[in-house]
Amino acid sequence: MGIFQMTKTVLRNLSGGPATRRYPAVAARKGPITRGHVVFNPATCRSCGICSRRCPSGAINLDKEANFWEIDRMRCIACGECVEGCQFDSLTMEQEYFPPVVDRVVERYHITYVKPEKPAKKPKEEGAGENA
Amino acid sequence: MPERIIVPFGPQHPVLPEPIHIDLVLEDEKVVEAIPSIGYIHRGLEQLVQKREYPEFVYVAERICGICSFIHSLCYCQGIEKIMEIEVPDRARYLRTIWSEYSRLHSHLLWLGLFADSMGFENLFMRSWRLREKVLDVLEDTTGGRVIQGTCKVGGVRRDIGQEKLDEIHRGLESFEEECRDLGHVFLNDTTVKNRLRGLGVLSKAEAYDLGAVGPTARASGVEMDHRETGYAAYGDLGFKPVIETAGDCYARCAVRLREVHASIDLVRRAIEEMPEGPIDVKVRGTPEGEYFSRAEQPRGEVVYYLRGDGTKNLSRARIRTPTLTNIPSLVKMLPGVQLADVPVVVLSIDPCISCTER
Ligand code: SF4
Ligand code: SF4
Repeated sequence: MGIFQMTKTVLRNLSGGPATRRYPAVAARKGPITRGHVVFNPATCRSCGICSRRCPSGAINLDKEANFWEIDRMRCIACGECVEGCQFDSLTMEQEYFPPVVDRVVERYHITYVKPEKPAKKPKEEGAGENA
Repeated sequence: MPERIIVPFGPQHPVLPEPIHIDLVLEDEKVVEAIPSIGYIHRGLEQLVQKREYPEFVYVAERICGICSFIHSLCYCQGIEKIMEIEVPDRARYLRTIWSEYSRLHSHLLWLGLFADSMGFENLFMRSWRLREKVLDVLEDTTGGRVIQGTCKVGGVRRDIGQEKLDEIHRGLESFEEECRDLGHVFLNDTTVKNRLRGLGVLSKAEAYDLGAVGPTARASGVEMDHRETGYAAYGDLGFKPVIETAGDCYARCAVRLREVHASIDLVRRAIEEMPEGPIDVKVRGTPEGEYFSRAEQPRGEVVYYLRGDGTKNLSRARIRTPTLTNIPSLVKMLPGVQLADVPVVVLSIDPCISCTER
């Protein structure tokens, strides 16, 4: 029985090829809902701040005055809370894992969202200052 | 009388990549006493309850251990739900059960691999881990994370599993079970493995009970104790009988875990078959006020969360007792009498998780 067992394993190993892959040369396996990394779209962000409030690790930093949105990749635990919280679809969870790095990575985005002009009720409009 | 010498074992040692230190008092090659010391990786996670709001602490709880992660979050959530008197929907309870059992499968297969490695059986180690990869793939496809699932939340779960995926998992279980049986066959029937494990590190039933052993360590000595019997999550509906062995040696501890693998597969299968329809979470309002001892069965044994809320967004106290901590006294009891070369096998047989222990 033992020998038969071993033969089965040996044959499978010979025909099957390695069960591992050469990461990072070969990309890691990912599923359809793998939480890889968060991607930000500066064109739709309304600076509401829900993401930075919901983030359990404090990875997101939003500066409403200067119109900057920052994510500290080393703090982010890819939990997906910010993506669930964002009402404006500015955040998406991509399936690829963030590539290995040796330094702290803080990505800084300039929010480019422009408030659409309100259908002019009054002649005076304040839309400036939104786009820094 | 032979001279006594002390061999320090750890904190860095060949069996597991976690720091536990044991001073082994030897007479020739034989251990006569073992003096453990822990405290190398204390991270102060319990204190974090005062800094993180109670729904956020789930993520911290989950990261206490990289193997029992889901059950840590489950135990925490159950505690908060009891304090706040939240009724979790049925579907969420079943999903929690499936993920708990998958965690157990991946933990037990990991352990089997490490255990084979501690005996020097590298090939078996690789086979166990290759099999474990299938479990991780299912976890990744259903939760989005391989080892940190992040799907449990106060009031239910964050993700549903679609019927198609459930059917796929159900179909996959058959071949998986077959492979587990093949793997178990080597562990239980191989002459070399048997010779190595039989009668090694014996813990009697009375000792296991007195020293407060939990999980497979206690069950291998014949103590019928499994927290899943109390019926938390969906275990009450599915019915559950603990797996018991009586020999109390390393072989019995291995056998318990192997049989638990099959018990888990069976539980997953029945949970999928009886999966109720409905919502997966309820809205949570308010803040916890009160205290509760929450318990759950991890792959390594019973974990206890003591949680106290004072009506604010942050809990005022969390105390977590993990299974390895209560299994260390049993380990100290098992070691005297074994040969130095067998110490790694005996240490590993309790499935120690030191980062759990020190939090
Ligand atoms: S995925 Fe989680 S940790 Fe990462 S930025 Fe979003 S909320 Fe923060
Ligand atoms: S990314 Fe979304 S949640 Fe965050 S500030 Fe912008 S709009 Fe708000």
